[in-house]
Amino acid sequence: MPFYQIKFYQTGTFTVGNRLLEDSDRAVQSDVKRSNALNSGHRACQGCGEALGARYAVDAAMRASGGNLVAVNATGCLEVFSTPYPETSWQVPWMHSLFGNAAAVAAGVAAAMKAQGRTNVRVIAQGGDGGTADIGMGCLSGMFERNDDVLYICYDNEAYMNTGVQRSGTTPAGARTATTPSVGSQPGNVFGQGKSVPLIAMAHGIPYVATASVANLHDLEYKVEKAVPIHGARYIHIHVPCPLGWGSEPHDTIKVARMAVESGLFPLFEAEFGEVTERTAIRRRQPAEEYLKLQKRFAHLFRPVRDEERIAAIQGIADRNIRRFELENGGAS
Amino acid sequence: MWKQIEGSRAVAETVAMCRPQVICAYPITPQTHIVEGLGEMVKSGALAGCEFLNVESEFGALSVAIGASAAGARTYTATASQGLLFMAEAVYNAAGLGLPIVMTIGNRAIGAPINIWNDHSDSMSMRDSGWIQLHAESNQEAADLHIQAFRLAEELSCPVMVCMDGFILTHAYDRIDVPLQQQVDAWLAPFEPRQVLDPAAPVSIGAMVGPEAFSEVRYLAHHKQLQALDRIPEISGEFLEAFGRESGGLLRPYRIEGADTIVVALGSVTGTIQEAVDELRADNVAVGSISICSYRPFPLEAVGRALSDAKRVVVIDKSLAPGLGGMLATDVQMALSARRQRVYTVIAGLGGRTITKASLVKLFLQARADALESVTFLDLNWDLVNRQLSREMATRRSGPAAENILKDLGALPSKI
Repeated sequence: MPFYQIKFYQTGTFTVGNRLLEDSDRAVQSDVKRSNALNSGHRACQGCGEALGARYAVDAAMRASGGNLVAVNATGCLEVFSTPYPETSWQVPWMHSLFGNAAAVAAGVAAAMKAQGRTNVRVIAQGGDGGTADIGMGCLSGMFERNDDVLYICYDNEAYMNTGVQRSGTTPAGARTATTPSVGSQPGNVFGQGKSVPLIAMAHGIPYVATASVANLHDLEYKVEKAVPIHGARYIHIHVPCPLGWGSEPHDTIKVARMAVESGLFPLFEAEFGEVTERTAIRRRQPAEEYLKLQKRFAHLFRPVRDEERIAAIQGIADRNIRRFELENGGAS
Repeated sequence: MWKQIEGSRAVAETVAMCRPQVICAYPITPQTHIVEGLGEMVKSGALAGCEFLNVESEFGALSVAIGASAAGARTYTATASQGLLFMAEAVYNAAGLGLPIVMTIGNRAIGAPINIWNDHSDSMSMRDSGWIQLHAESNQEAADLHIQAFRLAEELSCPVMVCMDGFILTHAYDRIDVPLQQQVDAWLAPFEPRQVLDPAAPVSIGAMVGPEAFSEVRYLAHHKQLQALDRIPEISGEFLEAFGRESGGLLRPYRIEGADTIVVALGSVTGTIQEAVDELRADNVAVGSISICSYRPFPLEAVGRALSDAKRVVVIDKSLAPGLGGMLATDVQMALSARRQRVYTVIAGLGGRTITKASLVKLFLQARADALESVTFLDLNWDLVNRQLSREMATRRSGPAAENILKDLGALPSKI
């Protein structure tokens, strides 16, 4: 988090240390006047990273917009668990249309607001990795390219969780999903080239792109609050562990997310107009293996025999991220 | 104001007078001139207070329209053919959400084989999507229907497609009475949405609905169409009063008094049919025709009534339901289900094949002699078909059918 000079965590922990901050800098979630935009009572699983990420993101967006917010949602877990008819968890004007069109629907909302002279109303679109990196990529790219006045937030849990954990374009190498089972000589997902939507977003030269993690919620809020007032297309990609799909313990969601960040597998950075402007330095670097071990989707890399080659390949991905985004040296903290 | 202009231009100018606030455009022949015209009006400032979005696909176009309409903006787009299929998921979605978007369809065939010319396969494929579908006979009617469409759509909170035949109407220059802005303003009130995304009064739109209520929500879609059945003729009447000409309505009968044979069709072929009817009537052949403007909702009762005295009905279908026959004919048969009349399905005008008066006169005479198959393909080149069928019989790897037929015909595709 580049904004603050002082490190205010307690020794040996990653606690945000909210109480040590000025009131104006405290977490949105610590504010009794937070909007609770995604209210309690929804049907998300225990330890759901997406529910956590969405609550922080949308409440932060509500604070940043002074409550003048419209949210559009792609089909997916977030949509299904928040709005089983006739109930809704949303305390914001919220719309779900289809799986692949959230960016376009949000662009339509933004255009309507502009035509009606209501540009104070800010528009966010939300989708999972399937709705963003795969089926929604066309509409997303179009929204970026036109520089529509939309903040798109992707909650990346690295597979199609709502339909039962099938592989998506962001499923990491080696991970087991229902369509990349841990069988055969190369169990789990292929070691492809990967698909980084933040980098794709940056290639459009849009005003703001950021990655965030539920392991660093204050940073997540900061990035959302920074993005909301900017006019034009903005993109925030949030890493959200899925205990069900990843085979991790529900109480480990934050830990798993933190290990992804601290290993370099999920780099935290900000970019403006296509250039990386800030990155969050890794505080205590962890081997990728420590991240993998927390999740049953990678269990076949360790049992019955340790797959040295593929564990090393995943470590190589982490190392490359650290080099590429300068996460160890020179990154702001 | 009378103008000698292209059909697409007339539609663009009329749509602009309806003061749309969001227009999304993606190019596909033959509707492109409409959105080009509107884009120019937005850019020049002639159409003020409107956002014009050049989107990345038809799926994107209708999705932008969905968001804009849900945010309370009067919203318009246009498409055709493959474009309509590409946005199919959003077509159903817009209707399911009850968003009063108006969309022009420049009716065009669907591939393969790829074909840019007119038939009704595209809009027919979306006939059960929950959209109201109005078919224009002429460019005057195409323009007028858009004004009526916005009124109808917004009253019922239901999207409306205005279907106009590609090229035959979209690209034809006609003498058209383009209404004045103040006339349209006086007739078409500003959009007052039934549901809207507004931070001042948050609602959730697009919730998941399970078996406990899905049927009821779907019934409401049917109910809306039944309401439209009442409102379409009323709105057409109100339009007549204000603008002084007949446009729209459920259907239009032509010389059906005493006719033993009545021809039913949609769209621009009506003009040719009426000329054929006139020619036959001059020879004391008792034929008449009706053209259906409102294909969805389908005016079962009005069609049944108009056809009640005919001995036989000939339905000209500009689309094909392979394995069945014609879609319009199927609906007409439903309107006649209580009666014992012969219904002949005639598949005609596919992919821009010209429907000539001479062919129609011959066809109607054959029908009167009950010498037609129940499903007839007008002016089909049987030799060509049979030669391809025998090629397929003769050898397993007979190759692509369309290319074989073109080679056999010895014709350039552009000359067909």
